[in-house]
Amino acid sequence: MESPAAPTPHADQTVDARRLLCPMPILRAETALRALPPGATLALLATDPGIQHDLPAWCQINGHALLELRQQGREWVGWVVKGG
Amino acid sequence: MLAARLLMDQGIHVECVNFHTGFCIQSHTGALRNPEPGAKPPRHDALHAAQLLGIKLHMVDIAEDYVRIVTDPKHGYGSNLNPCLDCKIFMVRKAWQLKEELGLHFLFTGEVIGQRPMSQRRENLPHIEREAGVEGWLLRPLCALRLKATEPEKRGWVDRKQLQGFNGRGRRPQMALAQQLGLHDYPSPAGGCCFLTDENYSRKLQDLWHSRGERQYTMDDILLLKAGRHLRPAAHFKVIVGRDETENHFLSGFRQQRWLLQAQGIPGPVLLLEGTPNEEDLTLACRLTARFGQGKLAPTVTVRVEYQGQEVLRSVTPLPADAIPDSWYI
Repeated sequence: MESPAAPTPHADQTVDARRLLCPMPILRAETALRALPPGATLALLATDPGIQHDLPAWCQINGHALLELRQQGREWVGWVVKGG
Repeated sequence: MLAARLLMDQGIHVECVNFHTGFCIQSHTGALRNPEPGAKPPRHDALHAAQLLGIKLHMVDIAEDYVRIVTDPKHGYGSNLNPCLDCKIFMVRKAWQLKEELGLHFLFTGEVIGQRPMSQRRENLPHIEREAGVEGWLLRPLCALRLKATEPEKRGWVDRKQLQGFNGRGRRPQMALAQQLGLHDYPSPAGGCCFLTDENYSRKLQDLWHSRGERQYTMDDILLLKAGRHLRPAAHFKVIVGRDETENHFLSGFRQQRWLLQAQGIPGPVLLLEGTPNEEDLTLACRLTARFGQGKLAPTVTVRVEYQGQEVLRSVTPLPADAIPDSWYI
């Protein structure tokens, strides 16, 4: 678990996918990233614990970088940098 | 996964697609309930498979277009509300469109003759191709040796001798092939992948259509059918009762346009009410909320009722167990 004092990465856009079941958070992230330039950072909010596996897998397949995936109680925030 | 690997081993560039219909059963559905102690977080099978194979996976949301497949299937339903033939034809058409956009050459699936009772019956396979408009261009590497050669085989793009001739419901040959290919951590091969094949789920969807007088649904509707106990005390309203803390949290996220009830100061479920309840119905719902909580034997329980941002407290007597007829359970 991260310390509450951990710095929050900057995000160019935030997608709220809370209460959606996977793969919807991933689909929402994919749609949002399409509109962003390479190198932009997307923050993804999710409540489905599957995000812990799915976000890293999706980033790896698509060449995006997962800066951090942070659990905050029942929620997760992932910061993804769009690949080239 | 095996089908992709058989082609990859021939040096063929492979990309895969996963369609989201809204009815897909994934391990994530289990995430609606409290996790078993020590359980691993759920994962999306197709993503995991693509990661293992190191291939591109296109995840496509077809849920909106899919409504008409579920509500009005040309080829009818299977044993529940599963429109398997229409679904397969629809997905093959969508996959072909994607193939064209990506500039790829042919389609393949991991289907095996006879593995599923409807869409994978031998006599239905050619029909699916024909109706989807892809005749000769859909390769099924796992059972190809039992089918006519496809265009990719005839043109020498795919070596037919390196394909398989599996058939039937058993999975042993597939598991042996996985072992031979060094694939170990693959998604579970058994079980259904669609809520529409589930009898309980289909009954709840039928009830929803019946209560509204039309065969339509929203994404919220079909998500909610996956969670909680569903009871319909009267034609004009129903309640959904959370079964544990995680499910209560999930249901709470759907309070917009619905009534949310929970006992005050006593552990118990979240109860969502949808429909057009009157005052008497709301009292009944409060008594049900009290009944399903730890205050069920208390003389009175205070229930918080929230609707459109307004909250009221109601003090009620918990409903006795024998006052809930089985016919209420959907």
